[in-house]
Amino acid sequence: MARVASALFSRLVIIIPYAWLLFFFLIPFFIVFRISLSQTAVAMPPYTPVFDLFGGLSGIMEKAREFSLDNYVWLTEDVLYFNAYVSSVIIAAISTVLTLMIAYPVAYGMAKAPKSIRPTLLMLVILPFWTSFLIRVYAWIAILKPEGLLNQFLMSINVIDQPLIILNTNWAIYIGIVYSYLPFMVLPIYSSLEKMDHTLTEAALDLGCTPFSAFWQVTFPLSLAGVVAGCLLVFIPAVGEFVIPDLLGGSETLMIGKTLWNEFNANRDWPVSSAVATILLLILVIPIVFFQNAQAKADGEGR
Amino acid sequence: MGNWSRFNIASIVLGFGFLYLPIVLLVIFSFNESKLVTVWAGFSTKWYAQLWHNQALLDAAWVTIRVALISATCATVLGTLAALALVRYTRFRGRMLFSGMVYAPLVMPEVITGLSLLLLFVAIGLDRGFWTITLAHITFTMCFVAVVVQSRLLSFDQSIEEAALDLGATPVRTFFAITLPVIAPAVFSGWVLAFTLSLDDLVISSFTTGPGATTLPMKIYSQVRLGVTPEINAICTILIGIVAIGVVVASVVTKQREAQRERDERAAFAQ
Repeated sequence: MARVASALFSRLVIIIPYAWLLFFFLIPFFIVFRISLSQTAVAMPPYTPVFDLFGGLSGIMEKAREFSLDNYVWLTEDVLYFNAYVSSVIIAAISTVLTLMIAYPVAYGMAKAPKSIRPTLLMLVILPFWTSFLIRVYAWIAILKPEGLLNQFLMSINVIDQPLIILNTNWAIYIGIVYSYLPFMVLPIYSSLEKMDHTLTEAALDLGCTPFSAFWQVTFPLSLAGVVAGCLLVFIPAVGEFVIPDLLGGSETLMIGKTLWNEFNANRDWPVSSAVATILLLILVIPIVFFQNAQAKADGEGR
Repeated sequence: MGNWSRFNIASIVLGFGFLYLPIVLLVIFSFNESKLVTVWAGFSTKWYAQLWHNQALLDAAWVTIRVALISATCATVLGTLAALALVRYTRFRGRMLFSGMVYAPLVMPEVITGLSLLLLFVAIGLDRGFWTITLAHITFTMCFVAVVVQSRLLSFDQSIEEAALDLGATPVRTFFAITLPVIAPAVFSGWVLAFTLSLDDLVISSFTTGPGATTLPMKIYSQVRLGVTPEINAICTILIGIVAIGVVVASVVTKQREAQRERDERAAFAQ
């Protein structure tokens, strides 16, 4: 009896979350793919063909013939989409590098901090992550506006005499992404630096290494796992970012998250938005699998 | 580890300044007398007073809180189960796929998650509104809970569990009497995380909502597009306040629990 209950319990522990994720996470991707092969229609739902479960197998086969790759052809013909994909990847890559350059010294400083204040510093890095993403992006509008706080400050100390135009340019997007994703970069780097064996750096210094080359030859390679995890945590969501380019970027900034949103909400074109999402997913599949492996490996080490 | 150099201190101060300055400025200007958000004209709480008369906003806040409470609670149950499955059962069919499905939502762009869930709801003919937002939030927040609980389970001494099982406790009883009390702080912080993620979400909610269900971030977003106003600063300040209080309470509770546990463990060994 007990053994049956035990087996049942372990089954349920696995099956319940498994079934939930299959139904609400994996299956929807197949639906997206299937609708990306459909045509737009003025109806609800606004695409065709719509399957009728009672039409039998022959009915389904009949309708399946209406599937086409037209939406994908359309995406390749309109240069707008291609440019949006390319500029999303470039903007995300530049932002990731900038985030790394700011996050690494912060994480390094935290790992070097006296042990007693490290938990407080860690808490301070995590805290902004809990406040709304939308609010944090919104806060930058008032700062970056031509008559905003940054320009007021810089003009009052006579660094510039003309307001800098930052809002609605790519620079505003970089600032927005760096700011919003900074904790995601700091945390993994900090945790890999904190775990590090510091006698290795000392050994390098004792053997005549300069502090600079000791850092590049010992410390940095050993923190690489954290750097890679942090970069993926920033890069992948940044490619599909919508809120930041929409609120901080200009009208000429193309990012695919924004294109998808407009295609869906303004043009009400579900099949084309599905095709846009499918290709975005294909672009991100490699970094996502990379991230999953890194994550699974990190869990294995924790054992 | 010693030598905390000036460079280290400077990078921490600058980094934290960068993280906190925009939020501090936003809070300060929510108390501005003037309608202009960037010119200080004296202290005033009138924007807060105005919020109480904005019925649409209060309705949206109420919807948001209900969605967050329900979805965080369900996500905590599902996420804890998922964490248990990942840590305790290292071998079962489709484990690779399962761990992939737990980690992928952490980095998945929100526009993709939102669109795919909407198309699912349309395909199965679910009426869009309050409940579809809630289901969507459960799905993406449960993975965050799973990761938080998983890291606690990994550092958990499994021999106590085995002892309970050896002494004849059923797995269910062992779970509730031994495992859950030990991982409770992590489960609780998972809940708080799921709650705030749900409270914040704009993109996934916008895709999965229907007539009559507007959440606070959707309301804020539609007003932000029209321009920056002190009224939005006031809402944001209230939200930041709620979250800050929640996080501080959560961390104090966690600390106390852990201190209690350490005391208990020491007492147990002393006997």
